[in-house]
Order: sequence, then C-alpha cells, then structure tokens
Amino acid sequence: MSVAATPDVLSLPREMVEQALVHARRDHPDECCGVISARDGVATRLVEMDNAERSPTGFTFDSAQWLQVYRELDDADEEPFVVYHSHTATEAYPSRTDIRWSETAGFPYWLIVSTRAEQDEVRAFTIDGAIVTEVAVHLT
Amino acid sequence: MSIEVRIPTILRTFTGGEKAVEAKGDTLAGLIDDLDSRHAGIKGRLLTDEGKLHRFVNVYVNDEDVRFLGSLETPLKDGDSVTVLPAVAGGAGESMLAGG
Repeated sequence: MSVAATPDVLSLPREMVEQALVHARRDHPDECCGVISARDGVATRLVEMDNAERSPTGFTFDSAQWLQVYRELDDADEEPFVVYHSHTATEAYPSRTDIRWSETAGFPYWLIVSTRAEQDEVRAFTIDGAIVTEVAVHLT
Repeated sequence: MSIEVRIPTILRTFTGGEKAVEAKGDTLAGLIDDLDSRHAGIKGRLLTDEGKLHRFVNVYVNDEDVRFLGSLETPLKDGDSVTVLPAVAGGAGESMLAGG
C-alpha cells in the first residue's frame, strides 16, 4: 500500500539528521536504522532502533523494541514519519530491498545515509510502488 | 470470548479508522478468519497466498512476537490482546531475517 501523498520537501530539525549520521558512523560497517515520528507532519522525535540483523547489507527493526516504540508513538498521537537507515558500501539511494519493504512499512519518507566514503551522504525519498522520488531535506 | 486486536495506521483502512477492534478465535488463525469476516480484506494483508503469516507484518500475542510462540497455531483465550504491526526492514542487500 502506498502512503499518503507527501510534499517534495522534508523538513527535519538539524539535530535529528545529525543524530542519524552519528548513529550510522557508530554502527558502521553494519547498517543502522531508526524512526522519526511526527505529529501533523511535523517531526517530533527520533528513536534509534536495534538492527536485529546486525549486518552490513541489511536491517530489520528488532520486533520487541518496535512494539514498544510504536505503542509509545501511537499513544502520543504521533505517526511513523521517516524511517532512516544506512548503506555502508553503496550510495544513499533506495535498493530493491528498500523499495519492496516500503510498500508495507508505513513510512511516508525514507532517509538513507551512506557511510561508504569519508564524507557522509544523506538523501531522502518517497517511494510509491516502484517510483522513487528524491525530496530535498530542509534543516530547521 | 473477546480479544482486542490493535491495528497499525497502515491497516486502519480496513477497520474504518479504528485503532483497536474486537475479534474471536481459539487460535491466531481462527482470530484472523473472524477478523476478516468483520473487516473484509484484512486477511490478505496478514497471510500469504499459501496461508502463512506474511513476512511484512509482525503479530504479537500479549506483547510476544508469535514467531517465537506458535505462529498461526498460537492459542488464544478470553482477555488476550493481539497487536499487528508492519515489519520494518530493508538495506543495501537482500533482507534475510524479517519474516523468519
């Protein structure tokens, strides 16, 4: 199922993007993953998730932690907004795996950090079926 | 016998927007059949064509992931709670773990 139509700019607090980058560097060469929730389209909090795969080529949210986090967000009337993860040997662009999972994961935006080079690369996307659209990240 | 089923945002189109609904069943499989009779189509989002739990969803009984219990044969009793969540995975290569 595709997620609701979204604007082509993703506004995020600078410190959240910085936290995602720090998380990606810390877990390198494994992939990191996490959630940014929102209320009424405004980012509210970032939660670092445990990558149950602990793998350099994939991530899966730890299922027990995800239940706890989802419930907290839902109880606070926040919604899944951005799922972020890292690619540690390839570019910051959705893989086939990302595209497949995006259909059902329920996040309007995918933020991908690449840690393959010394300089971090961070890009954001909406994924609707097989259609990947890059969105500008606006730091607030 | 009544069991509360918590539904994630992405599946609330099947429940008229409700966050939680009631259903009945002695096992998770029975509960999903009952759920589908009240909210047509939701079964197709939970089970594969072969009738197995879909790798794209997590289902919990009393906060335990059913993959670590009895999957669809997990027994249920009055007052249990069931939570459905989208599984979240991805990454640069093929994702091996989710749905296990």
